[in-house]
Amino acid sequence: MRGPFRGLTVTRQKLSSRGNVGQDMKDVKKQGGLNAEIQSRIGHQLRAMYDDVVRQGIPERFVDLIRKLDVAEGSPQLGNAGEKNDGGE
Amino acid sequence: MPLTDSLRDDILAAVPSLRAFAISLSGNGDRADDLVQETLLRALANIDSFQPGSNLPAWLFTILRNLFRSDYRKRRREVEDADGSYAKTLKTQPAQGAHLEFEEFRAALDKLPQDQREALILVGASGFSYEDAAAICGCAVGTIKSRVNRARSKLSALLYVEGTEDFGPDETVRAVIGGSS
Repeated sequence: MRGPFRGLTVTRQKLSSRGNVGQDMKDVKKQGGLNAEIQSRIGHQLRAMYDDVVRQGIPERFVDLIRKLDVAEGSPQLGNAGEKNDGGE
Repeated sequence: MPLTDSLRDDILAAVPSLRAFAISLSGNGDRADDLVQETLLRALANIDSFQPGSNLPAWLFTILRNLFRSDYRKRRREVEDADGSYAKTLKTQPAQGAHLEFEEFRAALDKLPQDQREALILVGASGFSYEDAAAICGCAVGTIKSRVNRARSKLSALLYVEGTEDFGPDETVRAVIGGSS
């Protein structure tokens, strides 16, 4: 029924199961010489996505947060005097 | 240990990677920053339980990961980024082609089971060792390795097998596969 697509279906099952590695590799090669190249592209995309956020540095809101808490924590004697208003936990 | 100046600085220094982890997990910039904020509050509240000399980033990542998980259980995943809110968190908008590729990657990442996604991010992007990633996720090292492997092969299937021209237009393939029974 799904003649032309039969090969695709088989390949997908092989990619998702870890058995039969030899055949798996053959099929992958047949699909256009992928595996190592694909894995390196995936690694690259993943790091690009991640590093893009890392490069944004520390948003001001977090610097302020730590500074405020620091004041509260830094003087435990006065710590209950209403500086700590985080409520949660 | 008590909150010393240097510990406070180290915590702050971990913020950029905590944000990257949170955004990668949740796919949503606003929510990610809330997660980071909650992580910092919790870390500071529990700073006494941090062992001096142990891995501070790993400790913070563990807190964030657990918060994300409990949050996730509460609200499930809202269908994220329909309005491109993730893309808006990016400082530089990628060029159109790259942007599309990025969106595809993001969508594929979101299709992974959560266990696999977090393992892949921790090892493949945050740069943690398998051992640290296992400690963060509270599982065995072998489990992390197999999750990372499964994540990688699933991503390659989603991104580079499913959609290639070798198989004709996506829609046709999907229709045939989806509708075959």
